[in-house]
Amino acid sequence: MKQVVGIINLQEGNSLIRELAATRAVEALPFAGRYRLVDFAISNMVNSGISTVGLVLPDFSRAVLDHIRSGKDWDLARRRDGLTYLPAALPDNDSRKGDLKDIYANLDFAELSGKQYVLLTNASYIYNIDFQDVLAFHKKSSADITMIYTKAQTDREGKSVVIETSTNGIVTDLAEVPAIKEGQKDVMGAYLMPVPTFAYLVRSTYERGGQDFLLDGLIRHANEFKISAYKHEGYVAHINSTMEYYEANRDCLKPEVWEELFMNNERPIFTKVKDEVPVQYKETASVKNSLIANGCEIRGTVENSILFRGVTVGKGAVVKDSILMQRCDVQDGARVEAVICDKNVIITKNRWLKGAENYPYIVTKNARI
Amino acid sequence: MRKTECLAMILAGGQGSRLKALTKTVAKPAVPFGGKYRIIDFPLSNCANSGIEKVGVLTQYKPLELHNYLGSGSSWDLDRTGGGVFILPPYAREKGADWYRGTADAIYQNLNFIDLADPDYVLILSGDHIYTMDYSWMLKAHKDNNADVTIGVFEVSWEEAPRFGIMVTDKETGRITEFQEKPKEPKSNLASMGIYIFSKPFLKKYLEEDGVKEDSTHDFGNDLIPKMLADNARMFSYAFDGYWKDVGTIESLWQANMDLLQDQPPFDLKGDQKVFSSNPSLPPHFVGPYAAVKQSMINEGAKIEGEVDKCVIFQGVRVGKGAKVTNSVVLPTAVIEDGAIVNYAIIAQDAVIKAGAKVEGKPGEIFVVPEGSVVNA
Repeated sequence: MKQVVGIINLQEGNSLIRELAATRAVEALPFAGRYRLVDFAISNMVNSGISTVGLVLPDFSRAVLDHIRSGKDWDLARRRDGLTYLPAALPDNDSRKGDLKDIYANLDFAELSGKQYVLLTNASYIYNIDFQDVLAFHKKSSADITMIYTKAQTDREGKSVVIETSTNGIVTDLAEVPAIKEGQKDVMGAYLMPVPTFAYLVRSTYERGGQDFLLDGLIRHANEFKISAYKHEGYVAHINSTMEYYEANRDCLKPEVWEELFMNNERPIFTKVKDEVPVQYKETASVKNSLIANGCEIRGTVENSILFRGVTVGKGAVVKDSILMQRCDVQDGARVEAVICDKNVIITKNRWLKGAENYPYIVTKNARI
Repeated sequence: MRKTECLAMILAGGQGSRLKALTKTVAKPAVPFGGKYRIIDFPLSNCANSGIEKVGVLTQYKPLELHNYLGSGSSWDLDRTGGGVFILPPYAREKGADWYRGTADAIYQNLNFIDLADPDYVLILSGDHIYTMDYSWMLKAHKDNNADVTIGVFEVSWEEAPRFGIMVTDKETGRITEFQEKPKEPKSNLASMGIYIFSKPFLKKYLEEDGVKEDSTHDFGNDLIPKMLADNARMFSYAFDGYWKDVGTIESLWQANMDLLQDQPPFDLKGDQKVFSSNPSLPPHFVGPYAAVKQSMINEGAKIEGEVDKCVIFQGVRVGKGAKVTNSVVLPTAVIEDGAIVNYAIIAQDAVIKAGAKVEGKPGEIFVVPEGSVVNA
């Protein structure tokens, strides 16, 4: 993988997640108790042996920068190679929308990296993969571009890119659809190609007024290239709406998903290290089917929920089917059900809060109820 | 090397033979504690929290795992330019090589390191106590007293006093007038915590004298402190009133772990001073649908499907369905299979308690399952 330069595109802002993403880029959304979405993208690259990684920054980049800093927690703070931030193009120079201008503005990064291939991914898909297999597949297929896809498990709303392939795995059709149906081949926003191919694609599309890498670049130029499709067999979640975010978090409560995503010794998911105390369960605690992050202190009942770092659940309090982000405080006797609380929310004594099973109630950052 | 005001030296070479099975492959300071920590995290974090930027760690017994754990010191934010953690094992000189023959000899053999760091004060710590403390206050007291030596002391019960090195002090000034090593009839209940601040030139003079002495045991408590007292040096005590525990035995190690489980623990790891530690990349722990967890501490990457009550559970531990684990400490990645029973025990790293097996100790007789061993039903 020494021949591959990784670029993670955090400029894909086409999300249906509103409340939770109001103050941060979607890619910086907290996930599964201690992670942020972008952790998966970076860890996958690092675990596959890619040591040159560029991050195309989103417009609201503070949360991402604060989270990743030097890249040390991903072993990317290196003397040679390592992590490079690729800032968004200045609006003065270019008022176009879309991510292409930002990729174009940073094209030097890939071209001067001295690497043979570019692996472009994003952070709105959650999976654990070894890209070495993808590179081997790409070389064997003698294609110009390789895309990674998964078979959709259910019907889903939200923009997705689907492909059709011939029996030998070559892409015959490539289209963006407003919703996806079960069984369709869902492209996971990950593309591998030689650096010159990437540079040509970006440059020629941008110079002809293109805005979006995927729509104006890949889809429009699809017929110029031989594109092969690599199927990822493992668990995949696409975070494109609040409901998908809620469900993907709750998928981590399935032991097989938890094991596959997080407990692979060869491919751990790295994240920013915070020195939190192991979870403290007190005398009156009762916890079932939940993920509890360090720093939590529990005296009440927690079921089918995900508690982020430093959450406290008071005596007689009940937390069910909920996601509580960092430092939430559910005080004595309070009750939350099907709720997503953003950071630092306080549910004061004996308050009840309930969302619907298919529509979690969202409490914004720092609220006091 | 950049000059530093106060250099810390942590004595981490001890074998900890009373911890038996737990120190078969590691030095005592590397023994796990409190769900995610190792004993040496406490003095190291204290240094980081006290603004001490240079720390020498003196290692000797089975040092590899400890060296590996310390790494660059980044876990404690001690990977500083011109500072940080320095690992100091014994080394060979022109006239041959020596093991560290005692606590004072370990420092004596590294006098050239101390000269390089050129500190005004040297803080000597041991790597086998659990406590959080800001040493900067002790250093301030040392300076205010214009002392040659300041010794950290801790009030113990009179019954316990004969087990410790006891400092007899002047009530008003805190000046030490007498030192009794494990006295039958203690004159005071102020025990030495094994924490010393020395003014550097003073320490150097005594170390150089002691180093060449044939009949010395080269120990701070046995040799240097009594000699300094005899010479009427300015020696002061510094009283510490927080939680402090020597975890030199299986029972005391187990008890210190259990202390963390009270509703309001006497020792709050969430206190003002953070305890830093190496953090493996593991997810929040998973508590299964049939699990029951009470009065326990559980770290990341653990998977709990059975019953856990009054336990400290480290990272990556598995507790199977129907298993019952009570009053125990389970060290990293140990596995307790379905239906197994564990009570009053310490289960060391990677040990496996097979399905249906029983491991039962009792209060005062904690059962230890050694690292990597398998207990069958």
